[in-house]
Amino acid sequence: MSPHSPEAQALYERLKREAEAAGYYLNPDVDFVLDLMEGLLTNEKRYGYWACPCRLAEGVREKDLDIICPCDYRDADLDEYGACYCALYVSEDIARGERKPQPVPERRGTVPGPSATEHEEELVGFTKSGIPVWRCKVCGYLCARPQPPLKCPICKADRDRFERFA
Amino acid sequence: MAERVIALKKKIKLYALSTCGWCKKTKKFLDDNYVEYEYEYVDLLTGAERERVMTEVDRWNPRRSFPTIVIDDSQVIIGYNEDRLREALEL
Repeated sequence: MSPHSPEAQALYERLKREAEAAGYYLNPDVDFVLDLMEGLLTNEKRYGYWACPCRLAEGVREKDLDIICPCDYRDADLDEYGACYCALYVSEDIARGERKPQPVPERRGTVPGPSATEHEEELVGFTKSGIPVWRCKVCGYLCARPQPPLKCPICKADRDRFERFA
Repeated sequence: MAERVIALKKKIKLYALSTCGWCKKTKKFLDDNYVEYEYEYVDLLTGAERERVMTEVDRWNPRRSFPTIVIDDSQVIIGYNEDRLREALEL
């Protein structure tokens, strides 16, 4: 058992609460998760944001956006492997201890993000009001409003993780 | 350094991140099994030094993920995989 800081403990409790409120689960291996919390806190001090503790960050927010926790790949990895890349988030059966998380191969760079052509298409907006629709790249949450929210109400990702959807 | 009695002496290089839980598990596994190894915390390196080490990682693991374990300059294990480590290190 390694000693963990009170900050890591507090962050763990907060993320656990937020995850459960949004239908996600944290890894039941608390000691492992507390290590990840220390990693997130280290990266917050180092870079100013929560770069994934299991990935090498560039230290430039724009370049690391997709790997800011929760990363853009979390939900796809949860679907396919039952855990995100660093195994902070896990599927329900792993959370219940019915299955152990397995190493997850790096997805980053394997799937082209929203394709270039998608961006080339002119966005006309399908809302009757003409208000743009924004999509959270982390969890897929959609909302129609002049600007994306400061934080995703579902997964708490920051505003710059949103893309124009319609 | 005093010689340690291990069944097998292989050259092991671990490329890791100081913040990563899987890298920590890998180190612990090697330590628990008295395996000697060199390691590099790539996130603690900067500039040319990081470039140089990442070029090494790239040669074995173009996805550049961690942990990357290179055994005897001939075999690579990517990610924390106890079974593959046991097999490769004959533990």
